[in-house]
Amino acid sequence: MDVVQLQRQLVDYRASLYHEAFLDEQFTQLQELQDENNPDFVVEVVSLFFEDSERLLNELTKALEQQSIDFKRLDAHVHQLKGSSSSIGAQRVQKVCIAFRNDCEEQNVEGCLKCLQQVKHEYSLVKTKLETMFKLEQQILAAGGSVPM
Amino acid sequence: MESCNCIEPQWPADELLMKYQYISDFFIALAYFSIPLELIYFVKKSAVFPYRWVLVQFGAFIVLCGATHLINLWTFTMHSRTVAVVMTTAKVLTAVVSCATALMLVHIIPDLLSVKTREVFLKNKAAELDREMGLIRTQEETGRHVRMLTHEIRSTLDRHTILKTTLVELGRTLALEECALWMPTRTGLELQLSYTLRQQNPVGYTVPIHLPVINQVFSSSRAVKISPNCPVARLRPVVGKCMPGEVVAVRVPLLHLSNFQINDWPELSTKRYALMVLMLPSDSARQWHVHELELVEVVADQVAVALSHAAILEESMRARDLLMEQNVALDLARREAETAIRARNDFLAVMNHEMRTPMHAIIALSSLLQETELTPEQRLMVETILKSSNLLATLINDVLDVSRLEDGSLRLDLGTFNLCAVFREVLDLIKPIASVKKLHVSLNLAPDLPEYAIGDEKRLMQTILNVVGNAVKFSKEGSISITAFVAKSESLRDSRAPEFLPVPSDNQFYLRVQVKDSGAGISPQDIPKLFTKFAQAQSTATRNSGGSGLGLAICKRFVNLMEGHIWIETEGLGKGCTAIFIVKLGIPERLNESKLPLMPKVSSNHGHTSFSGLKVLVMDENGVSRMVTKGLLVHLGCEVTMASSSDECLHVVSHEHKVVLMDVCVPGMDGYEIAVQIHEKFTKRHERPLIVALTGNTDKATKENCMRVGMDGVILKPVSLDKMRSVLSDLLEHRVLFEAI
Repeated sequence: MDVVQLQRQLVDYRASLYHEAFLDEQFTQLQELQDENNPDFVVEVVSLFFEDSERLLNELTKALEQQSIDFKRLDAHVHQLKGSSSSIGAQRVQKVCIAFRNDCEEQNVEGCLKCLQQVKHEYSLVKTKLETMFKLEQQILAAGGSVPM
Repeated sequence: MESCNCIEPQWPADELLMKYQYISDFFIALAYFSIPLELIYFVKKSAVFPYRWVLVQFGAFIVLCGATHLINLWTFTMHSRTVAVVMTTAKVLTAVVSCATALMLVHIIPDLLSVKTREVFLKNKAAELDREMGLIRTQEETGRHVRMLTHEIRSTLDRHTILKTTLVELGRTLALEECALWMPTRTGLELQLSYTLRQQNPVGYTVPIHLPVINQVFSSSRAVKISPNCPVARLRPVVGKCMPGEVVAVRVPLLHLSNFQINDWPELSTKRYALMVLMLPSDSARQWHVHELELVEVVADQVAVALSHAAILEESMRARDLLMEQNVALDLARREAETAIRARNDFLAVMNHEMRTPMHAIIALSSLLQETELTPEQRLMVETILKSSNLLATLINDVLDVSRLEDGSLRLDLGTFNLCAVFREVLDLIKPIASVKKLHVSLNLAPDLPEYAIGDEKRLMQTILNVVGNAVKFSKEGSISITAFVAKSESLRDSRAPEFLPVPSDNQFYLRVQVKDSGAGISPQDIPKLFTKFAQAQSTATRNSGGSGLGLAICKRFVNLMEGHIWIETEGLGKGCTAIFIVKLGIPERLNESKLPLMPKVSSNHGHTSFSGLKVLVMDENGVSRMVTKGLLVHLGCEVTMASSSDECLHVVSHEHKVVLMDVCVPGMDGYEIAVQIHEKFTKRHERPLIVALTGNTDKATKENCMRVGMDGVILKPVSLDKMRSVLSDLLEHRVLFEAI
């Protein structure tokens, strides 16, 4: 594929991500932080996010499977997830986390379960999107072009 | 007569003689007896007769004489001895009494004579008194006439009435045939017949004023008799051969207002006189009496006074009318001015709202438009729109500021601010324009200038910007130099503004700013106009430079509000000019931890732009956000150490770290505790790093907690790059940062 075409594709893809509220301007900030001193900053952060989130989601699932749910601990995890997602700009995930936290405060088990499902769903969505985006970027770099900001 | 004792025949030869003697004696006796009777009778009748006993004496004498003569009758014939005895007795008695009477009369007759003299004297006296009384009565009459005349004359303040009344009353009092008043004409060279008594409409006779008879009258203050044939007295054609009555003329001084300031009135040097001529009826034998002349003189004086009073009154009435007119006009003008002011205020109030609303819409939408995707030409157009509308908004604000300044409703927003930063910001704003015009701008801040000051930062900046902007605007080439220093008392005085008396005090200082440019300069006459609204120096160069002419007027008002003074010095056209202003600012107290002022929302583009080598410790439990924060700081050039727990943080923190950024919204972990412990670890203030909390919580409780534990700042997540940059720079400058939540 043509480099220019690839680049345009990437730009459009990114635009769509923003448009669909998968990402917000925090992600743009991250991209700004990437420079020649820190060429893979975004990828590193996002990878860390993936790791962190998966761990947290496992913990959440485990916690909710318990007989007596420790809402405090649940809340702590959701808080972490919320923090991470807001740090990279995963807007949708963050929003669900906020709702999740409310349910935790109310000690609403069903609500929590539902939120957990939602979070998992959103997370997988955004993970896919980001991975696709990174792949596109790789392709551009491989084709010899530069990744547009 | 002999009496003998011989017996003789009774009727001798001389019988006839005897008879006659007999009869005469009889009659004598009779007379002698009747005289005293008459005397007694008349004395009884009269009331006053002092010498009664004299009368008695006299009566006795006469009675005795009569008796003697009576007894003598019997001696003609033979008579007895008794008769002879009686006769002798009678004669003796008579002799005694008559001698006594004779003696008495010697005393009495002079007295009686003197009584007569006194009577004559008294009669003369009575006649004299009668004469005098007649005189007094006449004088009193005259006085009464004068009083009446004066009363009549002074009872009116109308000039004509006064004069007419004078003539009428004089005519009546003195029973004159004719009475006339000659007034001097405007030229002063002639006397014109103005009023007469008998003639209703005096024809305008005039006589020249320098006639000898007139001079004679004018030179004396008394009434002077003049000839009936002289021109002033010849008022009527002479009818028949009647003998004209005597004529008297008297001068009437006409006083002007200014004459009353002299004390010795009426002896004045420059006087105008009128002439009053009085004529007695012809064919009467009347003469002018002295008292009549006096009357005339008195009346003439009174008339003069009355006329002057009338003149004064006229004058004061005229002045009062004039004043009333002026008052009415002033009142009208004042009301018009008030209406104009009200109209202007209404207009401004309307403009305030009505014009700002669309302006706001234009600016807001233009800036939003800028954010969207635009072609380069479109972008340029939008930028121009934005710039123009900003300019327009500034203009509106200026005008509104001016009106608010005029009303006195503008108050300064006092606050603590960084003085040097203000100057640097002005410099930054002006540098682009200056470099376009190839002008060199230099800033000199005196070392003793305090870093922080209390004052109205925004308006001070506006003032400096305006002054510097003017310097740049009106210079085509050369350099601009801005100097700022603390004004000492000698340099505070400016000879051009003697009423500006600065009073330095302990916690205040006077900032003096001088902006010197090398532009076209201003002629000295134009300098006062510069600070008036909407006025500009009339050279073509300034015409093209735009601007409303309000800038300096507003600056002056701001400077005045700051209790200062602004002026411009120039050496003339073409030699550039220096704008100088002095304002009063406060010196803030040393900042300490308990009194951390709230900063306004962080503004961008301040001071430091790179923080190379700045050691920062980031503490965040969340790995992702920790990494993001680190990335931010690394991008800004800081050296970042990371800690993922409070223990680790406390372990790692050292005095090399200037800033500690910690996430405090993690439940279950007390970030505040860490802050307290760090405080304890570093007792010396300069060793302790600045502690800033990162939080996503927007509630006040978080902020208050942070402040309570002694944190130096709070920032809200998410933090953008720009935000981090400005946060750090603010933090390092002010050593404090609390974002407004």
